[in-house]
Amino acid sequence: MTNSAETHELYDLAVIGAGPAGLAGAAAAAERGLRVALLDSAPQPGGQFYRQPAAAFRAARPQVLHHHWAEFRRLLTRVENAEADFLADHHVWSVVRESGAWIVRSLTGPDQRQARSLTARQILFATGAHERQLPFPGWTLPGVVGAGGAQAMLKAGLVLPGRRVVVAGSGPLLLAVASSLVKAGARVPLVAEAAGYLGYARGARTLAANPGKLVEGAQHGAVLLRHGVRLGPRTAVVAAHGTDRVEAVTLARLDATWRPLPGTERRIACDAVAVGHGLVPQLELPLELGCATERLPDGSAALVVDAAQRTTVPGVWAAGESTGIGGVQLAIVEGELAGRALAGETTAPASLLRRRTRLRAFAALMAARHAPGSGWPEWLEDATEVCRCEEVTAGQVREAVTELGAADQRTVKLLTRAGMGWCQARMCGPAVARLCGAADDGAPTRPLSTPVPLGLLAESTTAPSSQGAPR
Amino acid sequence: MRRNPLDLVRARPEPGFEFSFDGEPVPALPGQTVAAALWQADRLAWRRTRVGDRPRGAFCGMGSCYDCLVELDGVPNVRACLAPVLPGAEVRTQRGDGHDELR
Repeated sequence: MTNSAETHELYDLAVIGAGPAGLAGAAAAAERGLRVALLDSAPQPGGQFYRQPAAAFRAARPQVLHHHWAEFRRLLTRVENAEADFLADHHVWSVVRESGAWIVRSLTGPDQRQARSLTARQILFATGAHERQLPFPGWTLPGVVGAGGAQAMLKAGLVLPGRRVVVAGSGPLLLAVASSLVKAGARVPLVAEAAGYLGYARGARTLAANPGKLVEGAQHGAVLLRHGVRLGPRTAVVAAHGTDRVEAVTLARLDATWRPLPGTERRIACDAVAVGHGLVPQLELPLELGCATERLPDGSAALVVDAAQRTTVPGVWAAGESTGIGGVQLAIVEGELAGRALAGETTAPASLLRRRTRLRAFAALMAARHAPGSGWPEWLEDATEVCRCEEVTAGQVREAVTELGAADQRTVKLLTRAGMGWCQARMCGPAVARLCGAADDGAPTRPLSTPVPLGLLAESTTAPSSQGAPR
Repeated sequence: MRRNPLDLVRARPEPGFEFSFDGEPVPALPGQTVAAALWQADRLAWRRTRVGDRPRGAFCGMGSCYDCLVELDGVPNVRACLAPVLPGAEVRTQRGDGHDELR
């Protein structure tokens, strides 16, 4: 059943996403007098980074699974004191322009079947990111989970996917995940990092300018060392084995393009794998509005913003991971700058601007060092499923490309159904785009950001706009 | 005895309860999602895919991938990683698209 409630509450600003960027943006804008709605699909504020156990767990020290926890508490207090309206459990599915204002439509309630809409003069997207996945044989076995997924389930549900967890993929998140897992009692025999950590040396100046990041890295390193976790640079899980759940993985050393080096394979036992190859900005809603994107060094698409965090669409702003993966501190700085500018402040504090520049340089270094290598498709067998939803194999995608002449992700989708399922290519998109020969994640356009009951679409008077790239 | 996540954060959970998974009782704690309670009970799969009838469970853990779809109290296609588990809930393995009875 769908209960549509068209309310016409008018806000000065709707902030979409209550992670670090959204909280900072909402706080800064509301403190300067704007009437702010802060919407998030989760029951609690914090986003994926500050996911926390449900209140019923009565956790005395949730902060042990977190960095920058004090900053989070400060942001929450600011949002509360400034009286921004936090709307929990709101899955925003459409933002459209109507008579000079933005209509923000959400689904809420159990199973997200109740409709709620509000109107706002301006929009701040702080929609965060999801994990980039690169398929390998066996990655659909139960027990193989996203590295971010394992982290999210641990932070919120206080559970582990297994007792002996191999952490694999690429990017700084892997160290954080491995460190959480071992603190919570799992054994992590290895963190397999497809890139080499040595490459960081080329960014020595950027690293030196970001001592906070180095300290954080060193803290993870110390935890891993204490728990006997080995780091395997230039190493990947190239296959997971098992019948109904994962029982072992095959590791291989990689060359600089992530191609497995023959003869280096070895098998180790495990009962779970936490895998991820970096994060990609979540851009469905801003892309529908026609916000311009740029390609970052890791191949992800990120929103183009100006010095004040304005997107290319008037009245639409963005902060945090949606403008490029940069981590929690950058997200907070960007949110703060956006909130101030939204409230009409024309000059931003120089210290904030400097901090943003420094953190963005660090983000660019990470993106370049951990960009997926062009040789990763060699991990795939023809029978490896690439699209998890529609169960489309690498062989089918390759056939569409080589035999049927598909030159892009969209044509592959039409020919094979890859990317047509429930997740709308969130999981397979970056892989399929690369199998088509692209050196990037492809265009993450989706007409709706969350599944919507048909009855509700029929009821809505304004159809979602379609100004994004063709799909 | 190795540490567990509940000890790590010094949780003092409210009293636990049971729900059923494919007819068998499974313990859960208030505040857990269906997926978390099933992981806690060392169950990693609660869906069979449409094409290959392969087992699946939680993957992204944050509502993006829809791999963890489950039948909850007779309603199919519920994301187990988002849905809170309640006392007495009837959780069933989802087969195919969850609408087999319509065929």
